[in-house]
Amino acid sequence: MTDYSTAANRFGFGVRPDDAPVGDARRALLAQFDRFDVRPAAFASAPTRATVAQGLADYLEETRAYRQQVAMLGGGPGNRAGTAKAARADTMAMDAGGAPTGESVQAALKASRKYAGQVARSEYIALVGARANAALTSPAPFVERMVHFWANHFAISIDKLPVIGMGGLLEVEAIRPHVLGRFADMLLAVETHPAMLLYLDQAQSIGPTSRVGTAVAARGRRKIGLNENLAREIMELHTLGVRTGYTQADVTEFARAMTGWSVAGITRGPMARFAEGQPGAFLFAPALHEPGSRTIMGRRYDQDGEGQARAVLADLAASPATATHIATKLARHFTGDTPPPALVARLSDAFLKTGGDLPALYRILIDAPETAATGAKFKTPWDWSISALRAVGTKQVEGQAVAGLMNQLGQPVWKPGSPAGWDDLDASWAGPDALLRRVEAASRLATRAGGAAFDPRALAAKVLPGGGSAATLAAVGRAESPVEGLALVLVAPEFMRR
Amino acid sequence: MSELMIGRPIGRRRVLGSGLAGAGLATLPGIAFAAAPTERRFVFVIQRGAADGLNIVMPTGDPGFAAARGSLAVPGGAKLDTMFTLHPAMVETARMFGDKQALFAHAVASRYRDRSHFDGQNVLETGGTQPYQLKDGWLNRFLALLPKSHAEAIAISSTVPAALRGRVEVASYAPSALPDAPDDLLMRVSAMYAADPQLHPLWQQAMATRSMTGDLSDAGGKNAAATGALAARLLMGPTTRIAMIETGGWDTHAQQAGRLNAQLKGLDALLAALKTGLGPQWANTLVIVATEFGRTVAVNGTGGTDHGTGSAAMLLGGSVAGGRVVADWPGLSNANLFEGRDLRPTLSLDTLIGAALAQHYGLDPVRVRAALFPDETGVKFGETLIRA
Repeated sequence: MTDYSTAANRFGFGVRPDDAPVGDARRALLAQFDRFDVRPAAFASAPTRATVAQGLADYLEETRAYRQQVAMLGGGPGNRAGTAKAARADTMAMDAGGAPTGESVQAALKASRKYAGQVARSEYIALVGARANAALTSPAPFVERMVHFWANHFAISIDKLPVIGMGGLLEVEAIRPHVLGRFADMLLAVETHPAMLLYLDQAQSIGPTSRVGTAVAARGRRKIGLNENLAREIMELHTLGVRTGYTQADVTEFARAMTGWSVAGITRGPMARFAEGQPGAFLFAPALHEPGSRTIMGRRYDQDGEGQARAVLADLAASPATATHIATKLARHFTGDTPPPALVARLSDAFLKTGGDLPALYRILIDAPETAATGAKFKTPWDWSISALRAVGTKQVEGQAVAGLMNQLGQPVWKPGSPAGWDDLDASWAGPDALLRRVEAASRLATRAGGAAFDPRALAAKVLPGGGSAATLAAVGRAESPVEGLALVLVAPEFMRR
Repeated sequence: MSELMIGRPIGRRRVLGSGLAGAGLATLPGIAFAAAPTERRFVFVIQRGAADGLNIVMPTGDPGFAAARGSLAVPGGAKLDTMFTLHPAMVETARMFGDKQALFAHAVASRYRDRSHFDGQNVLETGGTQPYQLKDGWLNRFLALLPKSHAEAIAISSTVPAALRGRVEVASYAPSALPDAPDDLLMRVSAMYAADPQLHPLWQQAMATRSMTGDLSDAGGKNAAATGALAARLLMGPTTRIAMIETGGWDTHAQQAGRLNAQLKGLDALLAALKTGLGPQWANTLVIVATEFGRTVAVNGTGGTDHGTGSAAMLLGGSVAGGRVVADWPGLSNANLFEGRDLRPTLSLDTLIGAALAQHYGLDPVRVRAALFPDETGVKFGETLIRA
């Protein structure tokens, strides 16, 4: 294992100027497993699931009432024809004098949505700030990195209202508690989390021959039924990996098995009344569950109810395909675009042998000769920002500032735009404009940090991996001011990579 | 409150909050606050990066100058006396000199004798003899010598520079017109990435889409002028009497002729905007322009100059007994150079600053020097720098 500044840069988020000197880098990384705080102080005042979910529940309640009014006034909920009808009803209502009109109800709906959006956005910002502050001061930055790795593996993207405030909660509630545990436990925590159930539409999925499905079909009304979204992404992204032998029939069967998995209190549509309870809590709604046994990838699941999909998840978590998928992603995260097959094989073997024990995998990564070569990875904007803030000694940042910076650098937090998450390839991050933006950000950071308070040469020697190359130290030493020198440290070639 | 705000200038709200950013104040100079003692104003302009005094106040009367600087010597410029010529980019400053409102001091240097920017700036700003020996800045210690009505200071930058740091609280204000990443930084990044096979082509591409200009010359000097105008407006408010302005881009290791020309145009515009903005109060104002050290007498292999020792400083303002160059000229022949390469300093910058401030504010020069530059042991400085 190399020196600590190199190891901290690759495995964590770099060293802080106030870090105590570390003799044995390997031991220091391993010791972080004991120091990791599942819910550190940074999250003390962050929004909780109860508050976020209650806000959503109130919003849905409010809009439900408005929608009923629109329907009563002649408009159907949410379609254009309905809106036009409502507008007509509006004229009639005005003729009659004074009563709530279609238009005023639509306006109220819009205002209500806007307000809910603002609340969710402020919850999001608070959680972004907590995430950053936890990473800035953590005694276990390697484990924090793994939290972010898994949050990106189980990505949700805050593109729709119900998940804006929930996005960060998935990481807090499903990832952090299991980052040093077993893969299967993390998987289950993620797939039962309201953010994931809402993001990938599982809460909308109804078994076609379930009690509700049968009743709805009998009335011949709206076409409702199975939604495969979550089942597919679990197989393709969360466990087995794409093109690993499962078929469309397997996806559909898994989707059937998962029907009934829902979220209490914040579920829209006709199934809402089957999902009552503490808003935001995971809930199994038997009335929505497709009855019968399922066969997925040649294995039969006879369980009745909630346990059926649990059993499928457990098998998926233990699959050799999953082991390879996870091993490849982990190896890529620490060695570069094309991970060495030998390392992937060792990780994959350990995954299967230990039953998905994550610390066992982390230990292999720490000890791997393949991770000893420096600078294999171009830092993502998140990696770079956190390491830069740490390098200038920052202990606390505003959520708004971090969210703004990440938008500017092209990696908005919890918003990768797809359930595949941000990809982990150099070419995705190392671009001309990305470099320029980083240099601009570094200049601002160095200025705000009060460059004059630092001797950039001393800082470079401390925070750059291996103390910095002679060329970089010379460039920093020649800078015309401490602020400029500090900015150069933050964009030095060895600081751009990890 | 967070320790760090990334997206917002720290001092802005505070300054705006005190209500003196309004343009209206600038049109009512001194009427409401005419008590004479508070009219004195002082502006310190720091040139970060080692400004080349030899090419700014050019010793054209010294035969060694043309010999050493042949390729960098620019034609024209205002003749200051038989020895010195001002760089032709400084048109407005030359006019001030003609009006006896500008004085140049040459072959000056702080007590720092090595060639690191950081250490040099630290010595210049703290007033010590060694880098990081003193924790606070001489300008902050000076504030403590003044009655409260004189002592309110502001830094025209997003953080308080070392010269203004210390016991007395000061404000800071960052003009939003300043570019986010200074061109000088971009150039250095180019150099730093030159040998990196991945970053070099990416950076070249990024730079190809962005035109390059000098820091103070950005937007044709508009930003520099805006900074000067802003400082003047702040100084015309009811309370602020002292300001510090940071300028960068002076580290001209390559292609110095064009860059220095652009830098000086910017500085000239900044000083002119200060004068215009201060209006009648210009008569009560002292501006000192100084840099951490000078540059080599010889031109290097890339059309620039490297880190040196002696440089030039400027005193400007209606209060200055100007129209002359103060210099105990050491000469540019090889034998006279410091360490065989630099202009030999014959006047301590600390002495110059201490004397100018003492005279400007009518304070005891011994007391000022003891407070600002505690270890300064130079000879007594008899020169009259400020009009009585």
